[in-house]
Amino acid sequence: MANAQGLKVLGLSLLLVVLLSHPVFAQTDPSGEWENRFHEDEPERVPGPEIGDYLGLPINDAARLRGDSWVATLLELPENQCRPHPSDYAWRGPALLRIWKEADPETQRLIAYHTHISWQSPEQTIYMDGRPHPPAYAAHTWQGFSTGKWQGDVLEVTTDHLKEGWIRRNGIPRSDRATVNTYLMRHGDSLTVAVVIFDPAYLTEPFIRTTDFVSAPQQAIAPYPCESVDEVNRPPGAVPNHLPGTNPFLNEFPAAYGIPPEAARGGAETMYPEYRVKLKTMKTLPRPTGKHIDR
Amino acid sequence: MRVLLQPVAFALAALLAAGAVPPLAQTQGNPDVADGVVHVQPVAANIYMLVGAGANVTVQVGNTGVLLVDTGLSTMSDKVLAVVHTLSDKPIRYIIDTTDDPDHIGGNESIAKTGSTITGGNVVGDIGASAGDTAAIVSFQTVLDRMSAPTGKQPPSPQGAWPTDAYENPQKSFWFNGDSIRIFHQPGHTDGDSMVYFRRADVVSSGDIFRTDSYPVIDLDRGGSIQGIIDGLNHLLDLTIPADDKSKDEGGTMVIPGHGRLCDQADVVVYQEMVTIIRDRVQDMVNRGLTLEQVRAARPTQDYDPLYGTNTGPWTTDMFVEAVYRSLSAKH
Repeated sequence: MANAQGLKVLGLSLLLVVLLSHPVFAQTDPSGEWENRFHEDEPERVPGPEIGDYLGLPINDAARLRGDSWVATLLELPENQCRPHPSDYAWRGPALLRIWKEADPETQRLIAYHTHISWQSPEQTIYMDGRPHPPAYAAHTWQGFSTGKWQGDVLEVTTDHLKEGWIRRNGIPRSDRATVNTYLMRHGDSLTVAVVIFDPAYLTEPFIRTTDFVSAPQQAIAPYPCESVDEVNRPPGAVPNHLPGTNPFLNEFPAAYGIPPEAARGGAETMYPEYRVKLKTMKTLPRPTGKHIDR
Repeated sequence: MRVLLQPVAFALAALLAAGAVPPLAQTQGNPDVADGVVHVQPVAANIYMLVGAGANVTVQVGNTGVLLVDTGLSTMSDKVLAVVHTLSDKPIRYIIDTTDDPDHIGGNESIAKTGSTITGGNVVGDIGASAGDTAAIVSFQTVLDRMSAPTGKQPPSPQGAWPTDAYENPQKSFWFNGDSIRIFHQPGHTDGDSMVYFRRADVVSSGDIFRTDSYPVIDLDRGGSIQGIIDGLNHLLDLTIPADDKSKDEGGTMVIPGHGRLCDQADVVVYQEMVTIIRDRVQDMVNRGLTLEQVRAARPTQDYDPLYGTNTGPWTTDMFVEAVYRSLSAKH
């Protein structure tokens, strides 16, 4: 029996090796029209994250202070109104997605995959021709510079040269020093995109997040022009921010959800299942009353 | 759903286990290159950024000649010249100094003397034809004042490195290589800083008002101030307009910083917000009567230190905080 079990494990291992190391006919083309499903992480993605909710993020103190200082009215500043989501976050937003191939017209060799996402219409190019990444002094972009390679039937994308972006839309930053590995995994009419962010400035561990799409061949993506306007009259150069220790909203999230305030501050340990044991020993704030905050 | 997710999770775990490290970590971080090589980064059709010579050097080329913004360290002049000659065989006509720091003006003398100024009319008419034997060097007046010295005194810089065309008004403009060159007096790092805007090419050379590799260097003894830096960054935001094509909200006006990587408006926004937020924090502490030691202990830069802070080198985080504090408390 033990031998049979061992052979079974060996067989499965060999199968996995074959699946992951046979790049030619194992590739699963992610091209097509895709739409996302917002029931996945809906509270964070649709109404938007709560102020002060850093739960599950492997952030350091510097990132925490960036979040505490953040004021949503920053987004009203004309220079911030038309920012697209950077490529590591764009999958999370209103993301009607198109992916298509670019082939060399003479050799039909694959040069790149391109993505187009509906909100703000950002386009990412994933070079498949083995070209090197630009030098450190080259410009950074919202979508970054990306190269791809096949790991079995998974398209692995490596991105750098990103502009500073965000990990959670409540002020938690992702720095322009970050590199991102993205994995596109297609299973028929489903596409899973896993994003792994390595940020030496603001993360103590890699941050991993998946987003799912379904095929939508009937989909038509509208254009998304954007023109900034003066929404609020402010003195020139004003940058809304909370001074350290003065953000009055930080306890609203942990109080409303019955979460210990310390846990809401995030950190690597809050990512792991073992943290649930510790949670039970931590104090929570009194929950406010009222129907609108029944959660 | 469970059936679908299990193989996805399995494959992802295998991939992550195979290589859960950032494969490009070496390409990120401080982009100031110190490998002894002057690197060329194309910026616009006829504008290049040279990296590795000290401060960034801007090169504009065209039929009329070559224009440089800053010249780098004196020890790098030969390499800067060699690179410039690969970009154009025309003579160097103009050098614009954005400040008087050695890493910006070090190459003035040796580079200028390889060039020539087109003379005649009212150009250097009072000096004589020999003034055409070198490239013209343009700066704000205080840069010339600091590099030179009254007659009989030993100047800090050799005469051949001095600006030949110092301006005193808020801006100076001229036409060169089919582009309008607008030079703005933009005090902040010192009281003599300039920013250079190539209007047709849509490129700004910011000088040390903006850099991506450290907190702004504020030289209080030479008239710098935190508010000057912020005013300069706000001016830079006014000058820059991002493109709105498939490169959404990026590109458009490009910015060559005094140090660091090539940028556009969105990068300036990050820096302007950082400097303004730190100014607001320190101003609040000054208003509450905190001492410099108390301000330092409060770590008003903590959230930006991973990007711009350092405890070593010529411009530490402590020095920046002290400069902001003294600038705002007017005790310098």
